[in-house]
Amino acid sequence: MKNISTPWTSRIVPTLLVGTTFLFVAFFLVLPLISIFAEALHKGVAAYFNSFKDQYAWSAIRLTLVTAAIAVPLNIVFGVMAAWCIAKFEFWGKSVLITLIDLPFAISPVIAGLVFVLAFGQRTALGSWLLAHDIKIIYAVPGIVLATIFVTFPFVARELIPLMQEQGTLEEEAAVTLGAGGWDVFWRVTLPNIKWGLLYGIILCNARAMGEFGAVSVVSGHIRGETNTMPLYIETLYASYSTVAAFSIATLLAALALVTLVAKSVIEWREKY
Amino acid sequence: MGIEVKNINKRFGKFTALDNISLKIPDGELVALLGPSGSGKTTLLRIIAGLEEFEAGYNSDILFKNQSVVGNRIAERRVGFVFQHYALFRHQTVFENIAFGLRVRRGVNRISRAEIKRRVDELIHLIQLDGMESRYPDQLSGGQRQRVALARALAIEPKFLLLDEPFGALDARVRQNLRRWLRRLHDEIKLTSVFVTHDQEEALELADRVIVMNAGHIEQEGTPVEVFHHPKSAFVMDFLGSVNLFHGRVVAGQIVFDQSTDVKQEKFFVRPHEIELVPTDPQNVGFPAKIRRIQLAGSIAKIELSDHSEKEIFVEMSHEKYLLHKFKVGDTVSVVPTNTVVFEEDYVI
Amino acid sequence: MKKHSVLPGFGLTLGVSVTYLSIVVLIPLALLVWSTMSLSFADFVKAVGSKQVIASYKLTFGAAFLAALVNAVFGFIAAWSLVRYRFFGRRVVDALIDMPFAMPTAVSGIALTALCASNGWVGSLAAKYGSKLVIFAEEHGLDFMNIPYLNRYDGLQLAYSQFGVFIALTFIGLPFVVRTLQPALEDLDREVEEAAESLGATKFQTFRRVILPSVFPSLMTGFTLAFARALGEYGSVVFISGNLPYETEITSLLIVAKLQQYDYAGATAISVVMLTASFALMFVINFTQYLARRRK
Repeated sequence: MKNISTPWTSRIVPTLLVGTTFLFVAFFLVLPLISIFAEALHKGVAAYFNSFKDQYAWSAIRLTLVTAAIAVPLNIVFGVMAAWCIAKFEFWGKSVLITLIDLPFAISPVIAGLVFVLAFGQRTALGSWLLAHDIKIIYAVPGIVLATIFVTFPFVARELIPLMQEQGTLEEEAAVTLGAGGWDVFWRVTLPNIKWGLLYGIILCNARAMGEFGAVSVVSGHIRGETNTMPLYIETLYASYSTVAAFSIATLLAALALVTLVAKSVIEWREKY
Repeated sequence: MGIEVKNINKRFGKFTALDNISLKIPDGELVALLGPSGSGKTTLLRIIAGLEEFEAGYNSDILFKNQSVVGNRIAERRVGFVFQHYALFRHQTVFENIAFGLRVRRGVNRISRAEIKRRVDELIHLIQLDGMESRYPDQLSGGQRQRVALARALAIEPKFLLLDEPFGALDARVRQNLRRWLRRLHDEIKLTSVFVTHDQEEALELADRVIVMNAGHIEQEGTPVEVFHHPKSAFVMDFLGSVNLFHGRVVAGQIVFDQSTDVKQEKFFVRPHEIELVPTDPQNVGFPAKIRRIQLAGSIAKIELSDHSEKEIFVEMSHEKYLLHKFKVGDTVSVVPTNTVVFEEDYVI
Repeated sequence: MKKHSVLPGFGLTLGVSVTYLSIVVLIPLALLVWSTMSLSFADFVKAVGSKQVIASYKLTFGAAFLAALVNAVFGFIAAWSLVRYRFFGRRVVDALIDMPFAMPTAVSGIALTALCASNGWVGSLAAKYGSKLVIFAEEHGLDFMNIPYLNRYDGLQLAYSQFGVFIALTFIGLPFVVRTLQPALEDLDREVEEAAESLGATKFQTFRRVILPSVFPSLMTGFTLAFARALGEYGSVVFISGNLPYETEITSLLIVAKLQQYDYAGATAISVVMLTASFALMFVINFTQYLARRRK
């Protein structure tokens, strides 16, 4: 584009395309982002901070953190293990396994929630047994955690599988010839090679775990102070016309999303250079 | 005996990679496994290292120093393996790469930090990379990486050193230097070593013994002089240097070259440097051919000819000999082989 | 079953993966299918074929398809700009593309609703210029009466209308097209284009005959991914759609509504229909990716 010898007409198409991109991104992505903060602050900073004096807001934040703290580590362990056996070995049924890991991406979050209601709801044999023993899963925290695990488990594995496949098994084989055991191979050779991809997978998994709405909405029961996560509490507030409060809590999740985007850019940049 | 391989088979699907291979590698020698790609040489090397499984057949076994290692884990075999593309740990420095095998030792074999440092420093000195210990693999040249891979393999004090195409990824000049360096290193440390190569020059120049492989079996083994001057098969002769194939018959103890194919003929293999070109041929010992191209750049003169059936013939001679006759492109001369080799079996070049 | 490898940990990692997958995914999904089985065929047809459900399919599939189409066009332009041109703000735009992935859907939902409501930044403009457009059209004898949510008093109503559903689905589908096209465009061999131009092709011909065919499988994959995601979307749509039965009620919402009425059988039956659609799309995606790989 900077080439002096090119005529000005040859710059029309690039300018048009880049301009369209800017407009599209501005309208669909930037404007909604700005509006979150604008709505949260439009009655002033005091009103914004007032939103966090609500005890239900804090219990929603706490529940979201607890859910992520359970779901994310479990999915890290699963993701690393699944990626290891898929990327480093050839075995029968591998493509089936990969497809199964992709499944939550293809399933509507509402259906993801529904399957747990069907599994543990009062109508089923299992559900009534649980009820008889006073174990609550649906409309309680365990159900929320399960639904969150379901929708977030592909993230770490999906991030690692292509990365580990690309890196092959040579370094690991070399480590084995030098006498390293399984743990040493993973810890000293594989992990340093995948650490940025793993980190990004964790960040994505966490962002989705904290922000999941559809699946959690179905299993939660929306009990204020008990089974409302942050996104659910935002819905509750918004439905009761507490717009400023809803957007104030939303700014926390939006900030998390922005951190995720920045982290992704930084990690990509690190991988390139 | 250093390494002994007995009756090893390996198939990949329908493809037979190794067909009942047996071989012996004496202690202290530097042995080349030479063959074209697909001949099974790398598979054999990986099986010796334990990186690949083989199909157990009648009496198959792998012995290190007269003890079977079949069923042993790789770590127990203690072989130093140098991978074709080095497989250096890219997130570890030169020092960490070389120290790896020492650091992962557990239990009674554990060695102190100071001892590790001492040994690694020694190896870094051996591979002439002093001062580069904290560099990462991508900050090294190809030849330097190769040496780090070697030092890393040597660090575990292996019983044997196995190298897969050790110079394959290097450019010609570095390859030459590294080859000589490796030979000197071997003479110094006397570690039984096997390397895989598809480059006959490399095998002949570097190895004490050469094992020529083709299509999953061993064609011939012997010293470089034996395999080069006394090839047992047309394949070996062809693979160890360029060769001309002539047809003819033996009449009264003399070869009559006759390129017509209607009579039952024998095949004669002749190396390019074992052919004389003469302007006239009164005794009729050779056959006529036309000079197509003369190539004088290089240490010898290379001449390409074609006979009446347009079959190509390659001849090499010293510049002195070339100057004797002053051949020109387009001249018709007589081709007189000075040494011919005949093999029993049929082989098509 | 398994090719030999010297690396450790195969049994452990495969065992854990399969167990985890079974507990978290397979058993619950099997239960879903099993509970559908308990429904009689007549009941099933009734549950999935009622007028209200059919209306929701039309809206969901139609809006998802349109949104994916818009994303295919603008996603292509965005991916092309990001790969081929170096411009101020490129890294920021590139990072922003992922925002619909990273932003919780409920947050996106309320943000889009606030923007598109008749008092919002975008919604107020749509209302003002929508009504001007209708008045202008009427003066010239054109009849816009058939378009829902567009009239001379309210103008164009973005939120709480089908337009709102479309906007939300476009928002969440955008990254899929861009992110599947980007690597494909980066992989393009520039020499092939130069060759085409040296043979006398114009820029447009080069694009039409050389570039487009080689990235088409990726474009299809991106389109299908965006479409599939839009079909199942819930969070970002429920706020902006208004959820009027027969009009702006998407299928996901209908499932939730049935569940809230404890109509498990109805919810399950509709879910099976949506799940079948998702799996069919997943099959299409795998197929187009197979095509893309084969091209290489």
